[in-house]
Amino acid sequence: MIWRLALLCLLLATPLRAGEEVVAGLSQARVSITTDFEGSEILVFGAVKRSAPAPIEPPLHVIITVTGPTLPVTVREKDRRFGIWVNADAAEIDAAPSFYAISTTAPLTEILSETEDLRRHISINRAIRAVDTGVAKGSPERFTEALIRIRKEDGLYQIREGSVALTEDTLFRAGIALPANLTEGDYTTRIFLTRGREVIDAYETRIGVSKVGLERWIYNLAHQRPLIYGLLSLAIAIAAGWGASAAFRVMRG
Amino acid sequence: MQIYLPIAEVSVNAFLLLGLGGIVGILSGMFGVGGGFLITPLLFFMGIPPAVAVATGANQIVASSISGLMAHLRRKTVDLRMGVVLLAGGLVGAAAGVAAFNALKQLGQVDLLVQLCYVLFLGVIGWLMMVESLIALRRSRRQGAAPKRKQRGWVHALPLKVKFRSSGLYISVIPPLLVGAAVGVLAAVMGVGGGFIMVPAMIYVLGMPTKVVVGTSLFQIIFVTGFTTLLHATTNYSVDMALAVLLIVGGVIGAQFGTRIGVKLKAEQLRILLALLVLAVCGKLALDLLLEPSELFSLAAPAGGQK
Repeated sequence: MIWRLALLCLLLATPLRAGEEVVAGLSQARVSITTDFEGSEILVFGAVKRSAPAPIEPPLHVIITVTGPTLPVTVREKDRRFGIWVNADAAEIDAAPSFYAISTTAPLTEILSETEDLRRHISINRAIRAVDTGVAKGSPERFTEALIRIRKEDGLYQIREGSVALTEDTLFRAGIALPANLTEGDYTTRIFLTRGREVIDAYETRIGVSKVGLERWIYNLAHQRPLIYGLLSLAIAIAAGWGASAAFRVMRG
Repeated sequence: MQIYLPIAEVSVNAFLLLGLGGIVGILSGMFGVGGGFLITPLLFFMGIPPAVAVATGANQIVASSISGLMAHLRRKTVDLRMGVVLLAGGLVGAAAGVAAFNALKQLGQVDLLVQLCYVLFLGVIGWLMMVESLIALRRSRRQGAAPKRKQRGWVHALPLKVKFRSSGLYISVIPPLLVGAAVGVLAAVMGVGGGFIMVPAMIYVLGMPTKVVVGTSLFQIIFVTGFTTLLHATTNYSVDMALAVLLIVGGVIGAQFGTRIGVKLKAEQLRILLALLVLAVCGKLALDLLLEPSELFSLAAPAGGQK
C-alpha cells in the first residue's frame, strides 16, 4: 500500500516529456467469479494523446502490468537430512502479488532502465518485496527465484514481451489472460509509456475481481456464520449418506 | 466440466472430483475405513490447499460412512455398545490430538511429523495385516475351517467388565477406551477418520469378530469426523461446501457398491486387499520422503496469516 502511494506521488511529480499522455480503457472493469469460472481474458486498449507532433527518436514503447492482491508468502526449501527430504530452510517474503502479468512491446530491459524499474516496481523481481527474509545461510535470492518459478508454472506470473500491439505509435492494445485460480480483490492495471528507457507517462486503473451468486453466498456464510456453515455442511453430508442408503434399498426392492 | 470452488479458490474438473469420491466411497463400504488417508493426499495432488483438503475430507467421510453404516445397521453388523465406548475414548483423544497438533505447528515441522506418522503407521499395520491374513488364508485352506480365536490374557484380566453381545465378548471397557483415545489422537494429528488404524486394533487387540468390526468402526468414525468438521469450520473456515458436495455425491453411491462387494468377499481376502492398499499408500509416501523432489521449494501462507 505504502509503495503504491509513493508511486502515485512519483506519477504526479513526473514531468511530461514531449507532452505525450496515455488514455486507456479496459474491456471490463469487473471480473465475476461464478461457479463455472474458467478464467477470463481482459483487453487493455488505449491511445497516446499528444499536444505536439511525436518525436521520431527514441522510439515509443508501452508496458502494461496487472497486479493482483499483494500478500506475504512463506517459501520453504527442502533438504536431505538423515536420508529423507524435509523442509529445512524457509524465507518470509513480505509482500508478493498473488497475480502479476507484464505485457510489453519489446524486451523489458531494452525499453526500461534499471532506475525506472527500481522506482516504479515494474519487473516481477521488483514487484516482490523481500526485505528481511530471515534466511540463515546461502543467498536469499534463491527463495524469490523459486517463488517466481512456481507461480510462473501456475500461470499466475506472466511475462509476455512483445505482446502489446502498437499501431502508428498511437494506438495500443493487449490481451491479459486471467487464470481460473484467482484471488479475490482489486487488480491494479498500470500502463507505462517509455522513450529511451525512461517512463514518460503512466496510467493506473483497477479491475475488481469478486465472487458472485452461490460462490459469494457460500464464502460469506463460511466466514460470517462459521458454526451454522459447519452444521449445514454436516447436515448435507448426513442427508446425502442417508438418502443414498434409502434410495439404494428401494432400488433393490 | 470445470467448477470453481468458493473456499479453496481454485477451479477443478467436477467429474474428476465425482470419480475420486466414488472410489473412496467403494473403499469405505468395503473395508469400513473412511478413506481419509486416501482422499486427503489425492486432493493435495489436485491442487486443493492442504487445510481445505483436510477439513473437507473430514466432511466427506461423514457422508460416505453414514451410507456404509446404514447398510451395516440393517444387516445388524454393528456393535453399538462397543461403538459408544470407542467414541467416548475417541473424543477425548481427538481433543488432545488437536492440542498436540497446534503445539507442533509452533515448532514448524508439522508436515514432516504427519508424513512420518503416515509412513510408520501405514507400514506397520499394512505389514501385520498382510502377514496375519496370509497365514489365516493358508490355514483355512488346509483345514477347511477358520482357526479358533486366541485367548488374550491381559485384556481379560482388567476390571470393569462389560458384555458386548454383538461382538460375543465379555471384556473390560478399559482396552476399548484406550483404543478409541489412541485413534482419536492419531485422527486429529493425521487429519483422517482413523478407520485404517481402528479396524486392525479392534481385530487384533480387542479380538472382535471381523463381521462387526467394519460397521462399528464406521459408527465411531462418523462422530469423530463430524466433530473435526465443525472444529475446522469454526476455527479455520476451511470446509469447502461445493467440494464436499461433489465428493459426497460420488462417495455415497460408491459406498453402496462397496458394501455389496465387501459382503461377497471372504474376511481374509478383504483383509489382504486392505493390507495391500495400506502398503501402497505407505510406499508412495515413503518414496516422496526418500527421492529427491523435482521442485525443492514450496509456497505457503505464513503462519498466523489470515489463511
